[in-house]
Amino acid sequence: MANNEWALTRAVAGIGTAAMKISDEVGGIVVLTGQVLRALVPPRIDRRELFKNLHKMGNKSVPIVVLTAFFAGGLMTLQSAPFVKKLNATSLAGWGAGYAVLREIGPILIALMFSGRVGANNTAELATMTVTEQLDGLRALAIDPVRFLVVPRVIAMIVMLVALTVIGDQVALLGASVVGRSMLDISWSTMFHSFADNLKPYDFLHGVYKSIAFGGAIAVSSCYFGVTVKGGAVGVGRAVNAAVVAAAVSIMLLDFFLTYTTG
Amino acid sequence: MTATTAIRIHDVHKSFGRRDVLSGVSLDVARGGKLGLIGPAASGKSVLLKLICGLDQPDRGEIEVLGESVVGKREVELGALRQRIGMLFQNYALFDFLSVEDNVRFPLVQRGGLSDAELAMRTADRLRAVGLAGSEHKLTAELSGGMKKRVGIARATVSDGELVIYDEPSAGLDPVTTQKIYDLLAADQQRTGATVIAVSSDVVALAQFVDEIAFLYNGHIAYRGAAKTIADAPDPAVRQFVRGELEGPLGE
Repeated sequence: MANNEWALTRAVAGIGTAAMKISDEVGGIVVLTGQVLRALVPPRIDRRELFKNLHKMGNKSVPIVVLTAFFAGGLMTLQSAPFVKKLNATSLAGWGAGYAVLREIGPILIALMFSGRVGANNTAELATMTVTEQLDGLRALAIDPVRFLVVPRVIAMIVMLVALTVIGDQVALLGASVVGRSMLDISWSTMFHSFADNLKPYDFLHGVYKSIAFGGAIAVSSCYFGVTVKGGAVGVGRAVNAAVVAAAVSIMLLDFFLTYTTG
Repeated sequence: MTATTAIRIHDVHKSFGRRDVLSGVSLDVARGGKLGLIGPAASGKSVLLKLICGLDQPDRGEIEVLGESVVGKREVELGALRQRIGMLFQNYALFDFLSVEDNVRFPLVQRGGLSDAELAMRTADRLRAVGLAGSEHKLTAELSGGMKKRVGIARATVSDGELVIYDEPSAGLDPVTTQKIYDLLAADQQRTGATVIAVSSDVVALAQFVDEIAFLYNGHIAYRGAAKTIADAPDPAVRQFVRGELEGPLGE
């Protein structure tokens, strides 16, 4: 009996500790978001840091995003092919692939790819700067690390994720068309008309809105875990891990919430 | 705090978790004075330096630096004061995203008000003074520990702060480089008249540079006296620490 009570107490304590930790981290992310927004008024951004991050986070991510998007688009056509053929509705093949890609698969896959490549790198970089006292070095020189380091990264990540999503959408539609033509014998014009006649501008914009939210979530969580790291190399590893998990969870929750509220 | 006092620390306490690192530190440093701070490892020397710079806040107590209290202040309120302070960190804290030259000129650029020519001249002067002329375009990752230390010193002194804080300026350096570094710090202090507070484990070299040495032990300043006579201090713990003896109160 005593053992059961002890086990129950431990379980409750464990849940409580985990809840406290999650609350602590969510609170920290909210506070950092507030600091970033406050640092934008007036917008005094270090241009050198901003352009460096735009290049590093955006331009260098293009190849991997193009590759992922091309096959994601192709995959959508492949998945819908049996039904399209069965119903003799090849004119809807492009619509099926395009709808899924523009609204869901494109923004989510690109955001997850971006989180793994850019977000993780950002956390590791900031965490290393934190454990090597570079953030204290900035503060000692009367420079606010949030304004100098975090704000340019947040802006760069949001802008570049949106840009990559727009590029990825086009490439995914191309991938869908190529697979349709080469593997399912659906003509280019059928695919084109299927896109043009059935997809609405809002389908594209819906994905873009999502990518803004995903970019913000990846940016703030990756920066938060970077600047609050404790310990040395082990701490940096833990921070990267936590940032990637937090970003993935945020992306899924935001996706559900945005889809539910905005259709 | 009088006009001749640069740093006044009164009854400062600081804990990390359950560990009391500082438990009632009181210390004054006169303007233009040079104080050395010594003590066993993990006695709170670096913590005290960070408190002076406002990088951390004490649990209780008063700290006034250059006529301003740093306790309970927000980051933005400490900005003006920090621009009057130069700090060398124990682990250099060099910005690895910048070159050597950009690291040194960084405080001046952020402060603004200097032309490009003035910036270039002052940066070149500092780099020459620390013996790093020719290394301007190297990244900090390409430097040895001693070179990093010298870049850190150049950055800490480039803006001629009224107070300069050195955390282990000679750690990891060979004796010749150590002597060069302390000569450089002394020449710099003479040129600017800045108040200096320096932490070092190399007591012999430190004693040649500073006027007085304070011994931080058990969370408070256990001894303070003239640097030249530190080896003969009446406190047995200080003597043991300075002489590096195994027997004595520190080992108990």
